[in-house]
Amino acid sequence: MLAFILKRIALVIPTFIGVTLLTFALIRLVPGDPIELLAGERGIDPERHAALRAELGLDKPIVSQYGIYISDVLSGDLGRSIVTKTPVLDEFLSLFPATVELALCAILFAIAIGIPLGIFAAVKRGSVFDYTTMGVALTGYSMPIFWWALLLILLFSVQLGWTPVSGRLSVMYYVESVTGFMLIDTLLSGEKGAFQSAVSHLILPAIALGTIPLAVIARMTRSSMLEVLGEDYIRTARAKGLAPFRVIALHALRNALIPVVTVIGLAVGVLFAGAILTETIFAWPGVGKWLVESVRRRDYPVLQGGVLLVATVVMAVNLFVDILYGLINPRIRHQR
Amino acid sequence: MTPPTETTTVPTTEVVDTTPTEAPPHPIVEFWRYFSTNRGPVIGLVIIVILVLVALFADVLALHPPNEQYREAFLAPPFWAEGGSTRFLLGTDDLGRDILSRIIFGARVSLSIGFLVVTLALTVGVALGLIAGFFRGVIETGIMRTMDVMLALPSLLLAIVIVAILGPSLLNAAMAVVIVQLPHFVRLTRAAVITEMSRDYVTASRVSGASAFRLMLITVLPNCLAPVIVQATLGFSTAVLDLAALGFLGMGAQPPTPEWGTMLANALQFVQRAWWVVTFPGLAILITVLAFNLLGDGLRDALDPKLKR
Repeated sequence: MLAFILKRIALVIPTFIGVTLLTFALIRLVPGDPIELLAGERGIDPERHAALRAELGLDKPIVSQYGIYISDVLSGDLGRSIVTKTPVLDEFLSLFPATVELALCAILFAIAIGIPLGIFAAVKRGSVFDYTTMGVALTGYSMPIFWWALLLILLFSVQLGWTPVSGRLSVMYYVESVTGFMLIDTLLSGEKGAFQSAVSHLILPAIALGTIPLAVIARMTRSSMLEVLGEDYIRTARAKGLAPFRVIALHALRNALIPVVTVIGLAVGVLFAGAILTETIFAWPGVGKWLVESVRRRDYPVLQGGVLLVATVVMAVNLFVDILYGLINPRIRHQR
Repeated sequence: MTPPTETTTVPTTEVVDTTPTEAPPHPIVEFWRYFSTNRGPVIGLVIIVILVLVALFADVLALHPPNEQYREAFLAPPFWAEGGSTRFLLGTDDLGRDILSRIIFGARVSLSIGFLVVTLALTVGVALGLIAGFFRGVIETGIMRTMDVMLALPSLLLAIVIVAILGPSLLNAAMAVVIVQLPHFVRLTRAAVITEMSRDYVTASRVSGASAFRLMLITVLPNCLAPVIVQATLGFSTAVLDLAALGFLGMGAQPPTPEWGTMLANALQFVQRAWWVVTFPGLAILITVLAFNLLGDGLRDALDPKLKR
């Protein structure tokens, strides 16, 4: 087992090095002089330019520049934002909980609705319910989520006035950041209405972000369930007279969910790509919006550091899912 | 909508009478038979044909030039709404441009760029996958590790990084989407090539002295294409989606190009007073993506030999 885990970790290392090469190259591939980019629009005098060049190590050969970059990265120094002058890592850490909160709620929404829909569609295979669900799921899967988010705002915020349009919390409330998760922090603060406000801000972005995973989960659950329902042990369970509910809930579902769990685990990348759009539309102060703004402001250190951090998180979660999957499923563990 | 053909229903115990009664049908005829048993993919195909026709004949179909600004008609509502007129069927945007005409010309942009993206990603991806699967060793490791790096980044983030380097424009966004799609084609092709290489017919061909080039392109490649074709169809839908998303973020097609995503870039400020500005361009994206996904699902069922009964 340990060998399996170590092997998986060893496989991730080259990818991580590759990502650092990419982010290292990023700032050097951008047309223009990196110092002038760092200096911003005000420009810089030649002396200071030369001093900065030496300070940043840009006068050294490219290989030792990469060495410096790697040792900086490993010691947690990802540079400073050009715009705010704050260290990139600090900015990331302050925004990251907002993105995690949004993504978690989105995936919970997707699981809570997607799995039951998939099960019912499989059990009632060929029925109107099955066709409708799968039709809706395919539509959800094809949905441009930035447009979907706009439609949700149009309906729920503008027409019905049920939810606010943007942000995480109404300005009426001030909540001390303890965990960084607004839902928990508002509960801890004990302030009346703050929690409701946080929920009402979260609900539309979570639905928008959760729609594509929901569609994928529903489709996956259905096909996986259909496969399992055709197995001999299900026939046996039925033949020995078990109640249909028991057969489905205990015998079939348990086996059908294994591929679904993998899909859920691997959805982190999809969720993050979606978070970029969702956060931009709902003005959700998370990592996705931060990165989009860094491109708009030409804040390359933020983009460079942010990309590396996001890639690291995605890789870590995928690795975790991989190992977990190996724990659940011995067939995977003993491959090769 | 998902087709009723399923993997599971074939009981393995059933004895199938394999004695041929007539000549086997031509592969294309056989393909069409499987493909057309489901309504979904056929609907998808019909929508795609219509979209292609709209794109080709945009000049004839659109009632107004896409960038013509009608000063007297800012934010005119669609014809059935109060205050709308049949002059602008789906209304106008904040600059007084006819939305329907822009959507029609947008079909031209989305479909042609989508086609370009998929063709490039497919050609380069299949070539790299073929090389990786055929030669193995260091070349394979090099190619596949590079693909792993590209897959480590969420797709849209990778696209944004590339646009940040190249600068925002429709073509640069297209290049970004090509790079994002590349790993999928490489992986699929490589996996298929490796499976095929262990088959007897390849060994036979090799023993009879076929050159590496012939083995690669004539013997192996055609047998690896089924999953690639499916991926290309589904890739078309993600290409349209990603291009629109980049356009929406201001990193793709630049105004005044009538691109569907770009048309939505400023839509948020109109949700209060002009729902039609928000609704119709997105509907066009959804219909296009849905059509390609329907087609892709159908192709997968029809081309996958495991599913054939």
